[in-house]
Amino acid sequence: MKRNDWLQLAAYFGVLLALAPLIGSYLAAVFGGAIPRWLAPLKAVEGRIYRAVGTSPDREMRWTEYAIALLWFNLVGVLVLMGLQLTQQWLPLNPAGLPNVAWPLALNTAVSFVTNTNWQAYSGEATMSYLTQVLGLAVQNFVSAGTGMAVLLALARGLARRSASTVGNFWADLVRSILYVLVPLSLVFSLVLVEQGVVQNLAPYQEVTTLEGAKQVVPLGPAASQIAIKQIGTNGGGFFGVNSAHPFENPTPLTNFLQMLAILMLPAAQVFMFGRMIGSRRHAWSLFSAMLVLLLAGLGLALWSETQGNPALANLAPLEGKETRFGVVNSVLWAVTTTAASNGSVNAMHDSLSPLSGLVALFNLMLGEVVFGGVGAGLYGMLAFVVLTVFMAGLMVGRSPEYLGKRLEQREMVLAMIAVLAPCVIILGFTAIALLTEAGRSGVTNAGPHGLSQVLYAFASMAGNNGSAFAGLNANTIFYNLLGAVAMFVGRFGIILPMLAAAGSLAAKKSCPPSSGTFPTHGPLFVLLLVSVVFIVGALTFLPALTLGPVVEHLMLGSRVF
Amino acid sequence: MKTSNDTLPFWKHWGALDSIVPAPQAVPPVHRAGPLAVACRMFLVLSLLTGMIYPLAVTVTARVCFPHQAAGSILKRDGQPVGSEWLAQRVAGSQYFWPRPSAGDDGTNYATVASAASNLGPTSSNLIAQVRARADEFRAAHHLADDMAVPADMLFASGSGLDPHISPASARLQIPRVAEARKFDAATTERLCKLVEQSIEPRQLGFLGEERVNVLRLNLALDLLK
Repeated sequence: MKRNDWLQLAAYFGVLLALAPLIGSYLAAVFGGAIPRWLAPLKAVEGRIYRAVGTSPDREMRWTEYAIALLWFNLVGVLVLMGLQLTQQWLPLNPAGLPNVAWPLALNTAVSFVTNTNWQAYSGEATMSYLTQVLGLAVQNFVSAGTGMAVLLALARGLARRSASTVGNFWADLVRSILYVLVPLSLVFSLVLVEQGVVQNLAPYQEVTTLEGAKQVVPLGPAASQIAIKQIGTNGGGFFGVNSAHPFENPTPLTNFLQMLAILMLPAAQVFMFGRMIGSRRHAWSLFSAMLVLLLAGLGLALWSETQGNPALANLAPLEGKETRFGVVNSVLWAVTTTAASNGSVNAMHDSLSPLSGLVALFNLMLGEVVFGGVGAGLYGMLAFVVLTVFMAGLMVGRSPEYLGKRLEQREMVLAMIAVLAPCVIILGFTAIALLTEAGRSGVTNAGPHGLSQVLYAFASMAGNNGSAFAGLNANTIFYNLLGAVAMFVGRFGIILPMLAAAGSLAAKKSCPPSSGTFPTHGPLFVLLLVSVVFIVGALTFLPALTLGPVVEHLMLGSRVF
Repeated sequence: MKTSNDTLPFWKHWGALDSIVPAPQAVPPVHRAGPLAVACRMFLVLSLLTGMIYPLAVTVTARVCFPHQAAGSILKRDGQPVGSEWLAQRVAGSQYFWPRPSAGDDGTNYATVASAASNLGPTSSNLIAQVRARADEFRAAHHLADDMAVPADMLFASGSGLDPHISPASARLQIPRVAEARKFDAATTERLCKLVEQSIEPRQLGFLGEERVNVLRLNLALDLLK
């Protein structure tokens, strides 16, 4: 690694560390109802929205009511998005004349975007009309991030409130996250992207005659507005098939830097928002440190591995699937951040990464997307691990576990364990099904251990609601579309529902003041324990599968090819 | 309810913003629309905001402020569009600088709808064979010795299949071939060398990304070289 590579890494983490607490305090203010004065015009819009919809933001909901509102809203989202895809040929804004999407792919894509996964078994420029992209996919990019944020807010209220029966108002949380956070950030960001070269128009694809006289079709479309929210909302779904490797999505090193920043920005900031809501700066920093440790450990291994080169090819800089303008280090940094946050956009093809870099990406997915994770989703997932950590610490010292003044009992432990284990069952179970059936195996395009990694990555990505892929896998089949839809659905709502239930039962509890025997949820010891629990759960569950995939491939590197 | 916290700017107060207000209790629902009806209307309103107003605002602003970029950064030769600055196009002949190989190369052009990457893993025999074939081809076309290393960007297919850039080293290596094909004399070849050096884009802001050469821009400038 050159001096310049270190400089880029330092700049990235420096800016992230500087901005995250600031944006976190803004989030806390907005969701606490203290709208800054310079946002007064938006406040008027917010009021109009509630009036138009016929609901009141002040009406408090029990967790069941909150969950029902969330589920109905998401179900409507799936149906509308499917409908758009199944009829796009007859709808306006389809200058490329793209046909209707086949139903298995339409279902998979609808579930994928509603669950904030953005797994794409298609290439946007050859499959989706402009209308489907802006009015279907991009809308879900906003509201699925808003949904994640809402669940986190409900859980934070459950921890902050004492003897309460309610956890907030879903509609208010959703509208505020979109109106005060996602839309303003996306507006600014998309214009910066256009200035750098990202396309944004509604024109038909343009045919040009190249220098040598061949015909080339230049794909166009409203890309910038969608790319901004795909990064800010940790969605990750590309406007074009090759995602942020496409020069029209990510034309310069600066857009690359800003997009990487956007990938981790809200997931990092929400930790500080949470800290403010529960009134503990120390706990927020401890959570942030635990996430950062896990991120940096993975990044270190991936960078080491990738800069070694491929011994079978004279250790050349491994540029297969990478872009010249980004180089190796930016591609690895992106791969690690996008899999840590449940973003899933890529600027280089993960399928062609070195085995250990691929392993880091895969392991990030398997940890349950809690290393910063998705907007809202990352932290409520991590809090399930925190509950587990506090419980284990309680076992070790022989005291009943408490977290932020709330006594954790059987009900909370069961709910946290469901949230931790549901994605694991899906990943290993569905991978096994795929490998045992011809339908599953036929999608594999790399022979040897890498083929196993392709399938394992697909289900880890979908169950973790990430959306990145070892993209060689031929995933646009009925088998992968349907099984994948189930994986994404369980990976999303199999965590959201237990977490909302936990929010309800925590809110109802009385506060018990900390005593000398209470295990402190801040400081290096807590960080170490939390990191260990996350790592051990991931390692115990997935080590055998990882060994047969990327680890074996690494050991064979340079001595065997398939 | 007014508390002392309300007078502070939002970044100053560390405290449970939410618990300033005493924990509210559930109000029995008044007779109002059911959750499904609210969900439908909310979805409609938010679709209008994020699916129509937002993209339209970006499109209009982009068109007014950055018309060239928003429309695909199309480059022209003699008034005719020849391609986008950001999309590589296949070059087969010796007259022009070559872009990186593409997995979407169909023998006539690099596929754009949709473009493609190889997605071959590091232990793929296919990948190894492709890289060796490209190295042989490049060496033969440029009269390089068999043991001379070819820059990695000319051997590996890009992620997008449309990478518009090559490394400065790859551009320099191609100079003799282009000069020979165009029958440049020594003075023109000297100017070509200068052109290539001028075409090298530095790291953005001095430290971001890698040094690179935009192939289409270089080839357009090459056509103007007399």
